[in-house]
Amino acid sequence: MSVGHALLGLLESGPRHGYDLKRSYDERFGRGRELHYGQVYSTLARLLKNGLVEVRSEPGDGPDRKRYAITEAGVTDVAGWLAHAEKPEPYLQSTLYTKVVLALLTGRDAADLLDIQRAEHLRLMRELTRRKTGGDLADHLICDHALFHLEADLRWLELTAARLDQLAAQVRPPSTQEI
Amino acid sequence: MVNHLQPPLLIADDLHLSFGPTRALDSASLTVYAGEVLALMGPSGSGKSTLLHCLAGILTPDSGRVGYAGRDLSAMSDTERSALRRTEFGFVFQFGQLVPELTCLENVALPLRLAGVRRREAQRRAAAWLDRLEVADVAGKRPGQASGGQGQRVAVARALVSGPRVVFADEPTGALDSLNGERVMQLLTGAARDTGTAVVLVTHEARVAAYSDREAVVRDGRVREQVHAR
Repeated sequence: MSVGHALLGLLESGPRHGYDLKRSYDERFGRGRELHYGQVYSTLARLLKNGLVEVRSEPGDGPDRKRYAITEAGVTDVAGWLAHAEKPEPYLQSTLYTKVVLALLTGRDAADLLDIQRAEHLRLMRELTRRKTGGDLADHLICDHALFHLEADLRWLELTAARLDQLAAQVRPPSTQEI
Repeated sequence: MVNHLQPPLLIADDLHLSFGPTRALDSASLTVYAGEVLALMGPSGSGKSTLLHCLAGILTPDSGRVGYAGRDLSAMSDTERSALRRTEFGFVFQFGQLVPELTCLENVALPLRLAGVRRREAQRRAAAWLDRLEVADVAGKRPGQASGGQGQRVAVARALVSGPRVVFADEPTGALDSLNGERVMQLLTGAARDTGTAVVLVTHEARVAAYSDREAVVRDGRVREQVHAR
């Protein structure tokens, strides 16, 4: 997730102080992972250096008298980011796959591992479902996104569980073939 | 609130059941506590629906015991088991299975009428449940005139109207799209939790199972049970 682009996008609706920008980000996108002030100001400094935002200082002696505004280049940058498709995650390298293969290679019970993982996935899915049920539309959309991804993991888990014997035969060559 | 220290409401103990050469249940055991929502998960053909039917007294296992509130289901006569299903259990299936000739209101009132409740009182209580499940507007319609999502809500109302202690739901959202399926699950589990009704939910969908308190996984006719929700 590009925090820089998200902050830029928020600035498109009008100039803001760093503090307001952080609050707005946390409200909309934070979901339990709020930005640190340091991260906000270092990101703004980078955007400033790249000409994507400009600073409008205000008179006064408060600590936060700088208002940040998006530049034309910044607007173009946001538009480009929004129009650019996100690369799907390369799930093939998933830790879970590695664990299943290693369990089979070392003669451990891979079905156990899958059961433990299923229970953990469902625990999180319950939590998200509860949050969704008591939440607003934004909660719904964000929780659903996570729920559909977790569900995809679980479908892979079930399929793998059904193929464990086949997989074991492939990753564990018969002892007669070993040198 | 589910209390796992209380004696279980429903117990399946070492159930075996074969259909010809096919072994559907192979030493399946399970406990259901009062007021909990339990998801029975597992791949197609794993035996989860067969287990649900045994728990509900619809199928009788070849061996093993099903206990409900301290009573042995297999020791009961067919009449006693039917009476139990009518008064203590509610059912929701994948395709509603409402009576097509009756209106939705009459469908929901049916379990009460069968239990001897007067027509006007039965219809009053049925209407209240239709309202609670947000389908009061289909009360006078036949099931065929309602959408799939509305039909399933009517089926949920029918399952809960007589105040059962357990609702058995077999893939209740299997024929619905995501949005309708979600609403049916919210209403079913919400109403069950409000009334302290236990739900045994058969599903192969994790997003549906996520409405449960805990899950038990059925594979090759055996159950791998998660003891407590965390």
